[in-house]
Amino acid sequence: MSIFINEKTPVLIQGLTGRMGSFHAQEMIDYGTNVVAGVTPGKGGTTHLGRPVFNTVKEAVASTSAEASIIFVPPAYAADGIMEAAEGGIKYCVSITDGIPTHDMIRVKRYLFARAKPENRMILTGPNCAGTISPGKAMLGIMPGHIYKQGNVGLIGRSGTLGYEAASQMKELGIGISTGVGIGGDPINGSSFVEILKHFEQDDETEAVLIIGEIGGPQEAEAAEYFQKHMTKPMAAYIAGLTAPPGRLMGHAGAIVSTSGESAAEKVEILQDAGILVSPTPSDMGATMAKLLKV
Amino acid sequence: MNIHEYQAKKLLAQYGVPVPRGGVAHSATGAIYQANELGGDKWIVKAQVHSGARGKAGGVKLCKSPKEISQFCDKFLGNNLVTNQTGPEGKMVSSIYVEEASDILKELYFSILLDRASQKVTLVVSTEGGMDIEQVAEEMPEKINKIRIDPSVGMQPFQARQLVFTLGLPNEAIGSASRAVMKCYRAFRDTDANLLEINPLVLTSGNKVLALDAKMSFDANALYRRPEIFEFHDKTQQDIREINAAEHDLNYIGLGGNIGCLINGAGLAMATMDMIQHAGGEPANFLDIGGGASAQRVATSIELVLSDDSVEAILVNIFAGINRCDWVAQGIVDLLNTRDVDVPLVVRLSGTNVEKGRKILKDSGKKVITAETLSDAAHTVVAEWKKSTQK
Repeated sequence: MSIFINEKTPVLIQGLTGRMGSFHAQEMIDYGTNVVAGVTPGKGGTTHLGRPVFNTVKEAVASTSAEASIIFVPPAYAADGIMEAAEGGIKYCVSITDGIPTHDMIRVKRYLFARAKPENRMILTGPNCAGTISPGKAMLGIMPGHIYKQGNVGLIGRSGTLGYEAASQMKELGIGISTGVGIGGDPINGSSFVEILKHFEQDDETEAVLIIGEIGGPQEAEAAEYFQKHMTKPMAAYIAGLTAPPGRLMGHAGAIVSTSGESAAEKVEILQDAGILVSPTPSDMGATMAKLLKV
Repeated sequence: MNIHEYQAKKLLAQYGVPVPRGGVAHSATGAIYQANELGGDKWIVKAQVHSGARGKAGGVKLCKSPKEISQFCDKFLGNNLVTNQTGPEGKMVSSIYVEEASDILKELYFSILLDRASQKVTLVVSTEGGMDIEQVAEEMPEKINKIRIDPSVGMQPFQARQLVFTLGLPNEAIGSASRAVMKCYRAFRDTDANLLEINPLVLTSGNKVLALDAKMSFDANALYRRPEIFEFHDKTQQDIREINAAEHDLNYIGLGGNIGCLINGAGLAMATMDMIQHAGGEPANFLDIGGGASAQRVATSIELVLSDDSVEAILVNIFAGINRCDWVAQGIVDLLNTRDVDVPLVVRLSGTNVEKGRKILKDSGKKVITAETLSDAAHTVVAEWKKSTQK
């Protein structure tokens, strides 16, 4: 298996007809993703890239049985798009958009939480991420697909390009990936490390996990605790931002050291104490994984 | 985005939060005028900069005469105030806030923030006002009380009362304190704030609460729908290079080392800075050029990095997904065609169109040092920097 998406998963693209949506939809189709439809309000009934376009997610799901969606809409409208996906019956949603207001994301999380029991709840990853890829099967994102080798490591990262760096270092060493998941650089995100770890722990194809964290927020410490209590699979990690000064926002809206426990040094210590193998530098992520897998 | 204390108080007052009477000034004459308008014989005079700990740095003073106010203004206006939060350069004081002095029975702590663990708006109070809240949390965690807000219904008055009851106030003060808490919440909710801190919130001899200080910061991603907040933006509180960068929609932070960096993606940028330090250098800046960067954008970014006089070598590290290595390479060549770059320039390209990009650099005949991997890139730039500066 792989998690969230495979070559069969029917995919819907919200914002298919826009410049970004069109470009990346074509890349995803070329990769082999089963893109079945697009949604652009006001363009329902037309065809784009050979796929039917619908006015609403609900209509698209009813006609095409789409299960996953990826959202390419501007920040001011992205929260609305995510909630529409959930209401329309999408099971897994990736939000690429960077710059969604935090107050909007708080409402999105509450909406997702309140409208369905955990087993029926739509899983959201992102926003502000590069998406999700199950190498060799399907790509729901904006990453360069060719740098990912198919294999057995689960990859989770807050940063897009640093995730690329990890994937290519592993490929160089012959290590492949079951699924790579970008959880995004925002302070309030759809899924945390822990939520994705739960899926990797249950996935037959995943043998080990690499998480790529950074300064700010509690999610790496939560992952360490989850690893210690619930995981049977080995885990490696890298934390970016050892040189980042406290109190400064380092690009990602979530990358800021605002309280104790949020600096890179503190996170490294917490992860190591939990028994997770931490890569000393960003250029050792592949080698660290090789050491963990003893390859 | 941060705002000044006087702006935060003005905003809070619009929501009905009790704040001391006061007026802002940009000159000694203006400050004395404000003191006369307020009346009385003593005033709190405060230097306005985007930083806490201003009191400890001497930027807050009780003045008892116009002469003292004038002396305070002469000392601070137009100069930088250095606090333990501003960094060694400090921040420019271009306004002074003059307030009536308040009689204080008790100092309390109050804040509203976006709690990332619970993913909810959270209110925090403590009886230990005036202290650094991190220190209170460490030494006396039992003296901190919190309430989380359900985003679907918002804060309810009973929650405000629950919070206020933990502060040990006299019964006569409970009503006004609870109302002030509700009003603060509304101000926070309606402005896309991500922090509102009142430290201290004081109880006066009339059993009223009063926001003696106020610090607010706002979600930069929401400013498009809060034009009234954006008007509070004060460019004098920012590094000039950061302002230039923001005008080009680039994300730049000056850091003080010698190796200029130009990277795509915030995570990779932080990781590259870490790698430079690991290789024995110090990064001069954080710069994320973002996705889909054109040749023009790359050239502008290098100019920006070079505008820092302490930069003695440059590292360009691009892992292209949405970006195109050929565009990045073209941007570098375009810049080198228009000006000389007299510091070592190391470029590492990877990802989309990497071969095209490398070819453009090679065929240009320009003096560009290329590297294959992240580790190579960091070690090369540090070695070149040491070689060229003989360090």
